[in-house]
Amino acid sequence: MTKKDWQQLGKGLAFLSPWLVGFAVFTALPIVMSFWFSLCDYTLLQKPVYVGLENYRTLVWGENPAGGYGDPWFWKSLWNTARFAAMFLPSAMVVSLGLAMLLNAKIRGQAIYRTIIFLPSLVPAVASAMVWLWIYNADYKQGLINAYLMKLGLDPVGFLALKEWAMYALVFMSLWGVGNTVVIYLAGLQDVPKELYEAAEIDGAGMWRQTWHVTIPMISPVIFFNLIMGIIGSLQTFATPYILTDGLGRPERSLHFFAMYLYDNAFQYLKMGHASAMSWIMLVIILAWTAVAFWSSKRWVHYQGK
Amino acid sequence: MSVAETTDRPVVVEYRMPRGVNRPRQHPERWFAHLALLLISVGFILPFAWMLSTSFKRLEDTANFPPQWIPDPFMAKNYKTVLNHPKMHFLMFTRNTLIVATLAVVGTTLSSAVVAYGFAKIRFKGRGALFAVMLATMMIPFPVIMVSMFAIFRWLGDHNMGQWLGTYKPLWAPAWFGSAFNIFLLRQFFLTIPDELSEAARIDGCSEFGIFWRIVLPLSRPALAVVALFTFMWAWNDFLGPLVYLQDQDQYTLSLGLQTFQSMHGGTEYNLLMAASVLVILPVIVLFFMTQKTFIQGIATTGVKG
Repeated sequence: MTKKDWQQLGKGLAFLSPWLVGFAVFTALPIVMSFWFSLCDYTLLQKPVYVGLENYRTLVWGENPAGGYGDPWFWKSLWNTARFAAMFLPSAMVVSLGLAMLLNAKIRGQAIYRTIIFLPSLVPAVASAMVWLWIYNADYKQGLINAYLMKLGLDPVGFLALKEWAMYALVFMSLWGVGNTVVIYLAGLQDVPKELYEAAEIDGAGMWRQTWHVTIPMISPVIFFNLIMGIIGSLQTFATPYILTDGLGRPERSLHFFAMYLYDNAFQYLKMGHASAMSWIMLVIILAWTAVAFWSSKRWVHYQGK
Repeated sequence: MSVAETTDRPVVVEYRMPRGVNRPRQHPERWFAHLALLLISVGFILPFAWMLSTSFKRLEDTANFPPQWIPDPFMAKNYKTVLNHPKMHFLMFTRNTLIVATLAVVGTTLSSAVVAYGFAKIRFKGRGALFAVMLATMMIPFPVIMVSMFAIFRWLGDHNMGQWLGTYKPLWAPAWFGSAFNIFLLRQFFLTIPDELSEAARIDGCSEFGIFWRIVLPLSRPALAVVALFTFMWAWNDFLGPLVYLQDQDQYTLSLGLQTFQSMHGGTEYNLLMAASVLVILPVIVLFFMTQKTFIQGIATTGVKG
């Protein structure tokens, strides 16, 4: 490297220094530490004691005295999280893409519609949980939905009180906050060159075929971005189920999410070793899914050559 | 809203139509879009409307069947009750939230801009690799590192490096070291600023930091505004961070304070709970309407150009 190169390097690193320090202290170090903790018996009160893979064994595959393998609550929380992601991600994608297409149509009052659909995504998780707790209230005289069900002559449903319903209720209310994604899709739709639709129209393609053969491939990079963010977001779902259920994940742990059990292990039971093992499992799951998404993207994501 | 309404596709047979025919009326699709958006918008507004309506009711009226949308009597006093509630120190929570949010906003905007400048405007060896590392850190969610972060802040406290746990510091200090998302956003913006400007300044004897501070920053106000806005929203909404780090109820932020109030005597005073929720949402909504253009462009940029 020439003297100039060194100078440039010095300058560059000087500007990067806040992030370099932050990365070392608030990202790299915590990840390495949690790997060490995950191999230890650690209660915060005493120094960590190395126990090898014991934490992972107890959580994941070790034989459980109560029968079965691993920690049933661990598996339950993982299952709930996966189930939520499997229900929410596809429905959010369809809903937000559909909404973006509707909002992209040239009709009067569009600006108002766009604002209305975007607004709920601004609502803080706490406030939205409060509102939905109230709307879902199982007492028909209080809960909005149940009151109207009763008026229609139907039986009231304990949306958040029955384990069969709770997850659907959560997915439904989460779709209310989909506006953020809608805006991203909308911007993507507006980047699609008009000529493509004209060409498709001349070739006799109707609305559906235009959507399928022009719109979707053209915005596939945006879909891909949202998919990755969606996977990461779903895996760390915490605030909404925590607030809806007082941190308990009730009924019968049907809303007990992975991040909630991680939190419980760390700050309720002071099992920092278990919590750290869960951190690493979460990290590995995220990396694996991102890798799968990237790998599969070669088949369905089309980048425009620029 | 800012996004231009230009994506209407011209119809091939259009030229056969007599002049003066209002084209939009000829499209059944458009009517469908109108109707669908109208219905969906009503659905998206309902939770807001119900929250607002409940917040103005007497407690006994919240259980009226069938649901009563117009409160009678109209209890504007509920808001006064919430603001002076002995169990929920609303004003104090607001103050606490504002402290955290302000420090986080100032810190992350400044530091992210410095780092983004390094990534955008200074050529040096290893820049690409470091940038890739930075992008990768965006995938690491807080639950993965929170156990170690807690341990780090505890360790600092135990080793005479100031009290961290139970203070606001863990909530805002990391923001002063740049955040990957904001750095990325600002870097994209800086790249669009022509290098000729900085070259001219350099010839005039301006230092690298001078170029950053006096030329690039002033030109980047829109992007800085986006970063500031998003960070403010994030700090206002954050729930898990305060839950992990804060110990004393007097320090709680709005999110945590509202949740604690609800879980202590939840399910009872829904009118007050809704009034409190309205108060939590209001600043966010007002902020959005004041900065709509910047806001929407910011979201669109992150999703599409990402």
